[in-house]
Amino acid sequence: MAKRRAAFYLMTIPALLLFFAFHTFPALQGIYYAFTNWDGYSDSFDYVGFKNFINIFKDENVLNSYLFTFKYAIATTVLINIISLLIALGLNAKIKAKNFFRGVYFLPNILSVLIVGFIFNYLFSNVFPVWGEKLGSDFLSQNILGNSDWAWIGIVIVAVWQGIAYNTILYLAGLQTIPHDLYEASNLDGASRWREFWSITFPLLASFFTINMVLAMKGGLMVFDQIIALTGGGPGRSTQSIALLIYTGGFQGGEFAYQSANAVIYFIVIVVISALQLKFLQKREMDL
Amino acid sequence: MIKKTTNWPVTVIIALCSLLILFPLYMTIAIALKNPEEMARSIFSLPTGLHFENFANAIKATNFFNALGNSATITVTAVVFILLTNSMVAYAIARNMNKRFFKTLYFYFISAMFIPFQIIMLPVVKVTTDLHMNNIPGLIILYIVYGLAFNVFVYVGYIRSIPYELEEAATVDGASTWGTFWRIIFPLLAPVNATIGILSCLSTWNDFMLPLILLGNQDSYTLPLVQYVFQGQFSTDFNLAFASYLLALSPMLIIYLFAQKWIIGGLTQGSIK
Repeated sequence: MAKRRAAFYLMTIPALLLFFAFHTFPALQGIYYAFTNWDGYSDSFDYVGFKNFINIFKDENVLNSYLFTFKYAIATTVLINIISLLIALGLNAKIKAKNFFRGVYFLPNILSVLIVGFIFNYLFSNVFPVWGEKLGSDFLSQNILGNSDWAWIGIVIVAVWQGIAYNTILYLAGLQTIPHDLYEASNLDGASRWREFWSITFPLLASFFTINMVLAMKGGLMVFDQIIALTGGGPGRSTQSIALLIYTGGFQGGEFAYQSANAVIYFIVIVVISALQLKFLQKREMDL
Repeated sequence: MIKKTTNWPVTVIIALCSLLILFPLYMTIAIALKNPEEMARSIFSLPTGLHFENFANAIKATNFFNALGNSATITVTAVVFILLTNSMVAYAIARNMNKRFFKTLYFYFISAMFIPFQIIMLPVVKVTTDLHMNNIPGLIILYIVYGLAFNVFVYVGYIRSIPYELEEAATVDGASTWGTFWRIIFPLLAPVNATIGILSCLSTWNDFMLPLILLGNQDSYTLPLVQYVFQGQFSTDFNLAFASYLLALSPMLIIYLFAQKWIIGGLTQGSIK
């Protein structure tokens, strides 16, 4: 028996130590640095209390990055979920070449976000404007990424293009768990397609809806690769996400401690949002 | 009655929408095969000459095979170790959930799912540099360790649904805990292993941020990182750039082409509940 117990401890303790060393310890260190004025490379630094935190709330760059990130995360979450649910419904219907289309719609998920971003960067600057000109629209014939008011829409388009793949697969899996006889029963009762969706399909997909909303929102709040590939945070600072600000300020701007404080706030924001989402969404889940 | 005939309107809509997915990929292939003169004539047309020299130049410019080797080494090693170690940790936790130590460990690991990488990003560079781990082996270790949060969650859920009697029988027959895990549990984990394997493979292969902040030596750059560096140097030659993108995307595209059914099946099977 003791031998059994020893084996179980041996299975977990190396992982525990490594996890502590490379995840928890850096996280604690990050919190510690948030209370100092370290720039990331000097030999010495001082403890400054809550000064960094106070300054963050007064920093316009930080405020802007939060506004952009929230705007972006909410837009992508809503669009990704609506579109992927529609596609999943389509792929679940009696269509031709079902497996082929499933393969096509999942394809973007296997591609590198960065490279997809580079490809779209070119499309936005050289391809879409050609169509815009043909339509005779001044607005559509410009590079949307070069416009500080509209660049964020371009990033949303790319994120949605790629993001719907995974959510579609999850919704499709969800649709396949719904028993067929429910639809047969509703057909006998003469329910319309619309009614069927809202009374059967949508409620029974609730747990998948929760997972997809939380995943998409978390992904949106952490956006980094797309921005690097599409705008680099510009024009100006209009598409600077929180993750990008922490990266550039922390590694290149000599703001190691300051951005650590920003990261701590960011962490709290993500935890609160995820918890609220779970609480709110799980309330409307129901079992068969 | 449920209709058994093909739903043509939906088929047409699905087919039209799929063009939105395929168009950027068509453009990538077409631009990679053209030269600047052809591009000037029409961006959309099919390439006429098939300029494979774009690929040869891209391979040279980005040291493609070196980056491919690095990406492959990192992904294969990390995924193998993730499957072997993360499942083992989850097994010990799942079978000891009544003990405080393991239960705490479970919540400790999965709580990390909510910690954004940015909060550890700055210090982890310092820690890994101090330990001389800012290289490929260090990167692999980080992928294995960071996988724990999500993977333990998925594995534990699955292992708890495996009847305990199987293991009791093995114990009666004299199998050790290790023997039970490797010979009975691990093979039973096949569907989850497929899911975790595919997901870790995709995320490791395509990861950009960790290599960006961790890898100092240019010889150890991965495929996405090379594209990033390349971008700055050759931003005017689009044909060369797109040939390079296509090369970087092709290994996964080829694997997906052959294993598509299996990949999608693996993801849907294990990822639900």
